[in-house]
Amino acid sequence: MPESLHDLTLTEASDLLHRREASSVDLTQAAFERIRALDDRIHAFLTLTEDRALEQARAADERFARGQAGPLTGIPAAIKDVIVTKGVETTCGSRILKGFVPPYDAHVIERLREAGLVMLGKTNMDEFAMGSSGENSAFGPTANPWALDRVPGGSSSGSAAAVASGMAYYALGSDTGGSIRQPASLSGVVGLKPTYGRVSRYGLVAFASSLDQIGPFARSVRDAALVFEAIAGHDARDSTSAPVELLKISESLVETDLKGLQVGVPMEYFVEGMDEAVRQSVTGAVNQLASLGADVDWEVSLPSTGHALAVYYIIAPSEASANLARYDGVKYGYAYTEGASMWEDMEKTRQYGFGDEVKRRIMLGTYALSAGYYDAYYLKAQKVRTLIRREFDAAFEKYDVLVAPVSPTPAFRIGEKTGDPLQMYLSDVCTLPVNIAGLPGISLPCGFAQARDGARLPIGLQIIAKPFDEATLFRAAYAYEQSTAWHRERPPI
Amino acid sequence: MSLSKEQVEHIARLARVGLSDDDITKFSEQLSEILGYFERLRQVDTEGVPPTAHTLPLHNVWREDDQPEPPLDKEDVLANAPVREGDYFRVKVILEE
Repeated sequence: MPESLHDLTLTEASDLLHRREASSVDLTQAAFERIRALDDRIHAFLTLTEDRALEQARAADERFARGQAGPLTGIPAAIKDVIVTKGVETTCGSRILKGFVPPYDAHVIERLREAGLVMLGKTNMDEFAMGSSGENSAFGPTANPWALDRVPGGSSSGSAAAVASGMAYYALGSDTGGSIRQPASLSGVVGLKPTYGRVSRYGLVAFASSLDQIGPFARSVRDAALVFEAIAGHDARDSTSAPVELLKISESLVETDLKGLQVGVPMEYFVEGMDEAVRQSVTGAVNQLASLGADVDWEVSLPSTGHALAVYYIIAPSEASANLARYDGVKYGYAYTEGASMWEDMEKTRQYGFGDEVKRRIMLGTYALSAGYYDAYYLKAQKVRTLIRREFDAAFEKYDVLVAPVSPTPAFRIGEKTGDPLQMYLSDVCTLPVNIAGLPGISLPCGFAQARDGARLPIGLQIIAKPFDEATLFRAAYAYEQSTAWHRERPPI
Repeated sequence: MSLSKEQVEHIARLARVGLSDDDITKFSEQLSEILGYFERLRQVDTEGVPPTAHTLPLHNVWREDDQPEPPLDKEDVLANAPVREGDYFRVKVILEE
């Protein structure tokens, strides 16, 4: 067995298992050692499920003995606490769901169990996935493994940090406006938001139902493809699950030249105030794609990009205000019961159970949907949404993929933006158009920024493809990754 | 665009979210700033543009009526009840005199 199991990729760890040089129990015990050594400082996990994980690891080892193991069998993984897990507390990072034990598994959990899941635990997150830093968790922030005084990004803060710090070989997150890609970028790992409809949302606690999508975090493009293949596919229990055929992507990740690939670079994504290191790293990555044979057009324009932030912060809170109406203190979780009436109980349950950002978004959404304002806000945003999608559709007539930054800045300091919600919202300016249009997008490491205090902060490259064309997305991402060494870097922790 | 404290209280009541006086002041300022940012959408020409509710070309997804699935386990569900009475979730009286 190698010295540091925690430095391996999922594929490398799986090879060890398949060669029978290590067991799943070995990997799982090593993962918990790593968690015990680091998680006091990082706080990636809200719940650890060690007994269950070791049981699953033993079952996985039996599958190896029977010769029935696949690429994910016996690999320790972390699950964002917005995905329901039967018998394991699921809080969504919120006080209002403290103590909630789901009576069923999400579709993605069923699929991963069939693949041989070993679940280490549930990961920390911004409350109900609303946030870009992890700081909105009711249970305290997560630290970035590359610089502990900085955020790992959000809302899938714990999933990104767990994979970046070698606690888990892969993790699941959810992405409504960038919540997988932005923390992947800030934490130096690979993160995929699949096409809307590609992965069933059955058992994903709803935030904004027309935007939410589950996807993987991993340390390599191939690893992300393996997890994506395991969780994707049609599920009748989600009426927005698309019956579209899924190609076997991981097997096709062989070619490392990009001859003939048409790459567009949308100018509007290089926003004012963008960090210089981000601009340089992303520009360098595009040049690298060109040197691999891609035809690059640097002057693509998607003029409605500048409206995406406003569209998103109308649509997502509107849907959230309806989805979060279910937290009334009656069926599960925290309940205030000292009031004089049912209404008082309900209002106090929501006052004490929700944090500020969740309240802000419920209020915004309630206002945008209320009588007299619906046309000016919600309906208008839905129309501009059509324009944004049309511009992407037109671009994809010419280009196979679009390439852009993920986040305008590298990881910022914990506490730096918490007082100014609009500034925080701006960290998702490059990711949320992709959700608005329902497209697949991936973030992969493409460089580092040197902070003034000496910290080395990861930078991510975003590749966007047309709906259901994750195969081309992965082809471009894999070729880029194989021609660089960024994904081999590990945080100094 | 600015949202008065009275408007914030009204929205909070619609959303059934209790707010402290400090919350009302804070949200009045923050929501006003955010709504002000939304004003930019007014300048976008959307004449004749249909709205998009979601991005999939799917409409009216039905399932067969003859595939009953077992329901969730009653005990598992009720175990989460903050206040339970027998096989029921207990709430305070809803209809007042």
